[in-house]
Amino acid sequence: MSTAVDAKYTPQSYKTDEHPIWCPGCGDFGVLASLYNSLAGLKIDPKNLVVVSGIGCSGRTPGFVKSFGFHAVHGRVLPVALGVKVANPELTVIGAGGDGDGFAIGGGHIAHAARRNPDLTYLIMDNSTYGLTKGQYSPTSPVGYKAGSTPYGNIERPLNPLAMLIAYGATFIAQGYSGKPKELTDLITRSIRHKGFAFVNIISPCITFYNTYKVIPPRLAEVPRDHDTSSRPKAFELALQDDHITLGVFYEARLPTFEEGVADVIRHAQAAGPSRLEQIFAEFS
Amino acid sequence: MAKNSTSKHVDYVFRIGGEGGEGVISTGELLTLTLARAGYEIYTFRTYPAEIKGGHANYQVRASDRLLLSQGTNVDVLVAFNEEAYQKHVGDLRKGGVVIYDSDSFTAASHDSAILYSVPLASLATEKVGVKLTKNIVALGVVAHLFEIPLEAFADLLRDRFRHKGEMVVQKNLQALQVGADYIKQQTKRDAIRLGPGPRQTKELVLSGNESFALGAIAAGCRIYAGYPITPATDIMEFLAKELPKIGGYVVQTEDEIAAVGVVLGASYAGKKAMTATSGPGFSLMTEMIGLAVTAEIPAVIVDVQRVGPSTGMPTKTEQGDLYLACYGGHGNCPRIVLALSSVEDAFYSAIRAFNIAEQFQMPVIVLSDQYLGHRKATVPVPDPSKVPVINRRTPTPEELKQYKRYSFTSTHISPMAIPGVHEVGYVATGLEHDEIGYPAASNHLNHLAMTRKRYGKFHQVEAIANELTRQYGEEHPEIAIIGWGSTEGVIREAVQLALEAGYSVGALHPKIVYPQPLARLRAFLEGAKAVIIPEVNFTGQFATLLRKRFAVDFIQLNKCIGLPFTPQEIVDKIEEVARHVNSRRREVHAAKL
Repeated sequence: MSTAVDAKYTPQSYKTDEHPIWCPGCGDFGVLASLYNSLAGLKIDPKNLVVVSGIGCSGRTPGFVKSFGFHAVHGRVLPVALGVKVANPELTVIGAGGDGDGFAIGGGHIAHAARRNPDLTYLIMDNSTYGLTKGQYSPTSPVGYKAGSTPYGNIERPLNPLAMLIAYGATFIAQGYSGKPKELTDLITRSIRHKGFAFVNIISPCITFYNTYKVIPPRLAEVPRDHDTSSRPKAFELALQDDHITLGVFYEARLPTFEEGVADVIRHAQAAGPSRLEQIFAEFS
Repeated sequence: MAKNSTSKHVDYVFRIGGEGGEGVISTGELLTLTLARAGYEIYTFRTYPAEIKGGHANYQVRASDRLLLSQGTNVDVLVAFNEEAYQKHVGDLRKGGVVIYDSDSFTAASHDSAILYSVPLASLATEKVGVKLTKNIVALGVVAHLFEIPLEAFADLLRDRFRHKGEMVVQKNLQALQVGADYIKQQTKRDAIRLGPGPRQTKELVLSGNESFALGAIAAGCRIYAGYPITPATDIMEFLAKELPKIGGYVVQTEDEIAAVGVVLGASYAGKKAMTATSGPGFSLMTEMIGLAVTAEIPAVIVDVQRVGPSTGMPTKTEQGDLYLACYGGHGNCPRIVLALSSVEDAFYSAIRAFNIAEQFQMPVIVLSDQYLGHRKATVPVPDPSKVPVINRRTPTPEELKQYKRYSFTSTHISPMAIPGVHEVGYVATGLEHDEIGYPAASNHLNHLAMTRKRYGKFHQVEAIANELTRQYGEEHPEIAIIGWGSTEGVIREAVQLALEAGYSVGALHPKIVYPQPLARLRAFLEGAKAVIIPEVNFTGQFATLLRKRFAVDFIQLNKCIGLPFTPQEIVDKIEEVARHVNSRRREVHAAKL
């Protein structure tokens, strides 16, 4: 139909005219670059790609990806993404969010996305702070974190995104770091390829309000080579240790997706052929 | 109190009362379907307790050989399963009305203006049928014989209803029906109520307001429903959960109402027609996302089956209290369309219109129904979808895609909406203020004004449709004008008929679209009126308040705020009261004095 379909898939071809509003040095640049690389590697047609976001620094992501995008309200990435996917299961749907958008205001949706298992990818750019509103503590900020709303230090324990997603039953759970673009590209590629709800927690430092560029690299570790990604207990063990920030795939399983379930229901309901309105009327006389 | 029936017409109100969970509702439904199949027009009304089991429940069935507009004012036949039902409802009985009561449960003292039939329903069910649960079917046997409704009509329905439970259950129910009929044969008939085999053979459906709307949604092309269970809207979801897969659609039960509207917007953005339905508490949660739909220009249909608020309120009772929220809920300058359902039949066609307006103008349409309308059943002619042709959203032409501007300024304020997977060029739908392309424009002050004008430009065009869809009853330019909205239409229309027959100069105007308001029609109607009554089932007069913004008229409010709908007589009483003032003063009536 058009030349777009035949265009060469290069990372450059997914860039839009919009220049990211992020601060120079923001981890999100690394995430975006890895995302471009993954999309190019997977040769995803922009026509069939929808990037959904909420509010926060991460929320601007759809504007920087040449595709369809939906920049929704704060915390509602997953319901909107589910709606897109249910309406058209052929689309590649990627949700982009931050630790505030995903774990605080939108935290109630993750459990249900995980157990429904729609075939979509959810990338969290976790900087452990509210960057857009100037650095208040977030659900992943450490105890003692000092900022505008915690002048005496944060008294709340941070949540553990990976353990949470394992508990909720997500079928692909991984962690990456914006400063390791090659590895991150690989994780994003695997998460998009995964059939089902794929969650990638990406440590993406905020250079302006919570600069962790020096403290994170020494703590990084890889998922051990012999880690069994089909075992939830092993994944828990890995997620619950707090000596390191572990990068890699924690858990992976192929379970029926939401869209497959919907297709089954429709097939069953139409066993005697699709219905017409007149037939439904007949039930009411 | 007046009779519903006249010498020319059959028109009876049956009310069945008893303990919730004891078969009151199923008795009412069986009576409804039997009379509907016999060809009577039916108009039911239900009140039921908020508890799952226990508490008082009642089911009212009005049956007539002519079009019914309301649940009626007085009761002709009361079936009381217990003393509470008798005490609660005997006051609503017309003079000479009938009470059939379970004498195993209580003894009714003789009543000077009612005809009492005492029937040991429980012991007949236990001893003669052997199943205590069949006492409501015994009662139906009594009703059938006493009022000469053919027993076979009930028997046919019982066979249809219980066939899937096996022959044994069917036989027990048929036996119970006969036991009731045989018992009452031994008593002398002391009343004059007689229905006979029924007047009409044309095919009609028996639908609730909620069912009628859901059918209309299917006809409109809705294929995705997302919602969270809430009384009194849940049956829309349950109905569609069963029916949508048969036509390739699906119902997603979400984790909350915020997610519900999120799924709807996502699905609509991706090209499917989608809706949600809720009641006040859920609707309150949806307001932020409604603003998103307005600014991102996404078609969506959101139904609010209103119940008594605020907060949890009275979940199973009716009110028209969400109009302000529907019109103004949310922050910013946020135009949306509000459509109010007026009857069970209207619900079907209004559903198609709601989707049409949402699609044509790419904006959310709020549909206001209420418990009274959503849960009552009525006979309606088989709906004809071709009466309201389906409209779909405007999508970009290949030419427009070359330099695609999702939010381009056009003469109609409507811009082409590309669909992922269908069109070659994407865009970002966003709640952030944006330019014509869809790029963020959060600091472009004049662009914000232009975009706000674009969004209101669409809104104002709907006023012409609102004028078209406004209905009028009674005199075209009456002395006493009535303006109603939503589910009160039938009651007001019946009251107008009664008042006209009594010689008053009266007429009513009833818009279907309440935001924007049909100003031209309202202006013409109000001309020359000496007094204007606005009846609403709420405390403050929300529609009257909206109209005061537009018209310098001393509207007379008639507000009912007890969780129950108006009766026609209540409206007639107000007309009479206002008429006395109009006649004695020969000038405009001051609302404050009424």
